Amino acid sequence: MKFWGYRRPDGKVGIRNHVLILPASVCASDTTRIIASQVSGAITFNNQNGCSQVPPDMKLTMDILAGYAANPNIYGTVVVSLGCEGCQMDLVVDAIRQRTNKPLKTLIIQQEGGTIKTVEKGVRYAQEMVQEAALLRREEFPVSELILGTNCGGSDPSSGLGSNPLVGSLSDRLVGMGATSVLCETTEFLGAEHILARRAVNKQVHDKIYDIVYRYEESLKMIGQEIRSGNPSPGNIAGGLTTLEEKSLGCIHKGGESPINAVYEYAEPMKTGHGLVIMDTPSNDAASVAGLIAGGCQLVVFTTGLGTPTGNAVAPVMKITANKNTYQTMRDNLDFDASHVIYGPESLAEITEDFLHDVIEICNGKLVKAEALGYIETAISRACNYM
Amino acid sequence: MRNAMIINEKDNVIVAIEPIAEGSEAVYMFKGEYHKLPVVEDIPMYHKLARTDIAQGEQVIKYGEYIGEAGCAIAAGSHVHTHNVLSVRERVTD
Repeated sequence: MKFWGYRRPDGKVGIRNHVLILPASVCASDTTRIIASQVSGAITFNNQNGCSQVPPDMKLTMDILAGYAANPNIYGTVVVSLGCEGCQMDLVVDAIRQRTNKPLKTLIIQQEGGTIKTVEKGVRYAQEMVQEAALLRREEFPVSELILGTNCGGSDPSSGLGSNPLVGSLSDRLVGMGATSVLCETTEFLGAEHILARRAVNKQVHDKIYDIVYRYEESLKMIGQEIRSGNPSPGNIAGGLTTLEEKSLGCIHKGGESPINAVYEYAEPMKTGHGLVIMDTPSNDAASVAGLIAGGCQLVVFTTGLGTPTGNAVAPVMKITANKNTYQTMRDNLDFDASHVIYGPESLAEITEDFLHDVIEICNGKLVKAEALGYIETAISRACNYM
Repeated sequence: MRNAMIINEKDNVIVAIEPIAEGSEAVYMFKGEYHKLPVVEDIPMYHKLARTDIAQGEQVIKYGEYIGEAGCAIAAGSHVHTHNVLSVRERVTD
């Protein structure tokens, strides 16, 4: 099976052709917004971080910045920094250059002499890049070039019965054709970590699955929080979930039944052709999706029960629900109706083929609802408060 | 018309996708065929019912995986939930 994508000079294949105006910190985010608003084909997002962060948190921010610039959906990047922030321009450029050789320009607001001078240069850089980007033609590539992210949010009982099993089935189907598929949201492995660990391809991956769950629980203990007790919640139990294992199994079903070949850190660069892998991400939708996309996912499929408008500037976030009512009421935000997985008459295998067809259309250029509506939210995972 | 579903062929529970009343039948699709199961008590929507008789101490299986242990004998067609399933962590040997 094939799709139409854009070949990048670093060898990767994108499904979008954006120019990224990248804010190194919160202090550059309004400037990037002004630049991107002047140039059709340029995108940006609001970076809340990039300064006053403890070193492990600054690393998470740097990994998102570099990962977004290196994402194959990006043609080239204009980095804008204030000048005095923690995420210094030379550090950001080094981090990007470790991941990709794509076009890159930089602007430091304090050196340029303020907003208007920075915006003037930034708009020119972006204008040149979108003009060059427009010359690229889509070429046909095998689906083994895809890294598919899977995520859930606003879940309800229909998620574990319909949309997550469908995404799992899609994941198995794509893995079978040589693609990489990413299961994430470590918080939702709790109680089912031993089941995931059993599916690990070797001892190292097996141990790392336990390790990321342990690490997450320990980070909560440092601020006196505990997650296992009180889970499933009274609301979960009223909804029919009996044990924590059952709740988590509904979530991890997004990974299908393939063996688990690797566990990646948050926003770590992922390989193509790697089968089913895990990324350690938080449960916050925008932060988890950001980690996936910074790791190289060209596309994220997102399951929801209650419905959400969520999207991302760099990559399409394709939203599906198996809740019939939600699909009807929030159809403006939802890309696929998965309720047939629960109510029939089609089989899961038949619905998987329909879903795969729609996923390939989106790879080929069809916009998801979140792209058409202009959703660009990004959150970056954090371990600690600002300094 | 189906009113229940099975997720994995190893499962010994099925899930009601509509509220199912005591005395009626649960109807679910399994391996391309409709299966019927007499229901012995009211089952709320999205709650589980036993597909087979489950002995006390036996594993309760959903998604093809262990989700808990039967705290007492559970007859086929009965509601399976916190009142008859023990949340015991699976004994892991690996």
